[in-house]
Amino acid sequence: MKKTVGRLYLTLVLIFLYAPIATLMVLSFNSSKSRAHWGGFTFEWYLGLISNEEIMDAFRTTLILAFLSAFIATVLGTAACTGMQFMRRRYRSIIMGITNIPMLNADIVTGVSLMLLFIAARVSMGFTTVLLSHITFNIPYVILSVMPRYRELNKSTYEAALDLGAGPVYAFFKVVLPDLMGAVLSGFLMSFTMSLDDFIITHFTQGPGFDTLSTKIYSEVKKGINPEIYALSTIMFLAVLILLFFVNYRPHLDKENVKK
Amino acid sequence: MSNKLIDLQNISKSFGGNLVLDELDLYIRENEFLTLLGPSGCGKTTTLRIIGGFETPDTGSVLFEGKDITNLAPDKREVNTVFQKYALFPHMTIAENIAFGLKIRKKSASYIKDKIRYALKLVNLDGYEKRMPDSLSGGQQQRIAIARAIVNEPKVLLLDEPLGALDLKLRQDMQYELIRLKNELGITFIYVTHDQEEALTMSDTIVVMNQGYIQQIGTPEQVYNEPENAFVADFIGDSNILPGIMIRDELVEILGARFDCVDKGFGENNPVDVVIRPEDIDLVSPGEGTIEGIVTDTIFKGVHYEMCVMSRGFEFIVHSTDYYPENIKVDLKVNPFDIQIMHKPESEDEKAVEIDERLP
Ligand SMILES: Nc1ncnc2c1ncn2[C@@H]1O[C@H](COP(=O)(O)OP(=O)(O)O)[C@@H](O)[C@H]1O
Ligand SMILES: [Mg+2]
Repeated sequence: MKKTVGRLYLTLVLIFLYAPIATLMVLSFNSSKSRAHWGGFTFEWYLGLISNEEIMDAFRTTLILAFLSAFIATVLGTAACTGMQFMRRRYRSIIMGITNIPMLNADIVTGVSLMLLFIAARVSMGFTTVLLSHITFNIPYVILSVMPRYRELNKSTYEAALDLGAGPVYAFFKVVLPDLMGAVLSGFLMSFTMSLDDFIITHFTQGPGFDTLSTKIYSEVKKGINPEIYALSTIMFLAVLILLFFVNYRPHLDKENVKK
Repeated sequence: MSNKLIDLQNISKSFGGNLVLDELDLYIRENEFLTLLGPSGCGKTTTLRIIGGFETPDTGSVLFEGKDITNLAPDKREVNTVFQKYALFPHMTIAENIAFGLKIRKKSASYIKDKIRYALKLVNLDGYEKRMPDSLSGGQQQRIAIARAIVNEPKVLLLDEPLGALDLKLRQDMQYELIRLKNELGITFIYVTHDQEEALTMSDTIVVMNQGYIQQIGTPEQVYNEPENAFVADFIGDSNILPGIMIRDELVEILGARFDCVDKGFGENNPVDVVIRPEDIDLVSPGEGTIEGIVTDTIFKGVHYEMCVMSRGFEFIVHSTDYYPENIKVDLKVNPFDIQIMHKPESEDEKAVEIDERLP
């Protein structure tokens, strides 16, 4: 009895969580433009996406933006973690606290404040401002991912490298970084996902003529709902899902590699 | 003077207000096997890290062959360290681990290959080139760490409790390996341990430390037979440490009985500490010794019996190959040269006077 109630409850929760996305996916294959009735299965909307110049443009922008911002944030975040290793513990936890706050901050607040900052600094809005914003909100995710790994790292391997005549930079790249690589990649993937996923902050810092997929979807939806958007949203959902899968399963993959 | 390879002068170091080394003076000679011995937390690792360049002393200087290297980076020093936890590079093969320092020095590929083979042979691990560190046992990893250090032909090898994580049997084997290595390579070893037996077995010179002070420097025989204070006596092996009064030169009163001894220069009627090693006490029939007692406990220890003898309220530990059953009355006898007289410390952690009696 208890079991059935439990199962029922779980099913309800899952339906509640995934019904909207399931609806979206189903409609993206519906050959009828009506949302109310099923006109048969089709790939038409997906094919339409490929021939839609504007969407393909936004798609490329999104990928470039996600890659660049994740890459730069990963470099900066890893460097920050390295610096924090040399700090006193108290200062380190203060800095960790400060870097964690932006993740909890409402996106809209971050977006608006970045916009105000760019206006105040008279930077014209466009790719650069969006890129800077994405780097900003990605760095905490990299730190969050890399810092714990740093803490469990055997510090004496770094010292052993110095002892054997390596300069600090060589020792870092030859000895420390390979040990951190799993966490660094997780940080990169997480940032990449966050960047793909973001709408609000991009919305506030984008300039005219600049669109990522999410801002494109938003402006299309304002004009009128179009099944192509369902297809696009489905692709984005799946992309993020796959990325998240990799982020979460990386640690296990790492361990298996070590055993070989 | 000229064969002082490393000279630590007046080194002090504190961590966040906690004084770890207090005006330490120590030199290490070329080709010496010098051991820093002391209880955990006494500053041994810190001393080693100052020599290796991983810590900078607050005061004082480190001289290497007469040159001041106090502020020289670790990668520029002609010393190599074998770390307490091996610190092998986990993502590199054994060969790559050993080649690490040689590649930095831009040695030729054939030189590196020869060196790797030579070093693996030296530590009895031929053929392990392609293995990964975590496929090796603790003892093997330890030997690789040593191989990785010595291929660079350092003038000094620093070893921080290298055998601490190994089990007893392996530890004893490795002690002989290390002595053999030291003789084969002819380099200076600075060895850190809290294990007095290890120190006594391997060292030319032992530096006994406590709470950041050097308590005594000497050969294993000196620190064992002639401990300079109660701390050293207590730390190095079992011993009977009891208060006494120096009546005059070569005569000491212990527990109300007078013993002949060989020490001089402690004044007359001065309180002193007296050390008598358990194996230096002879048990004899009542009336034949200096002081009477009764055996309270006897255990067989393999080679000898360990007995407790209660005498005038003090419990002596006695090692003897002769068996005396419990509750039997005996007399205790000690040869004059087996009685070691020490100054009473004025305070708990009083710095011992360092008389350098090291053999050249
Ligand atoms: N980096 C450090 N920061 C703070 N305290 C330290 C540090 N290194 C050592 N200490 C302290 O210094 C004392 C001596 O340490 P150490 O030299 O490691 O002793 P040993 O090797 O003899 O056990 C200990 O009390 C230890 O806690
Ligand atoms: Mg230590």
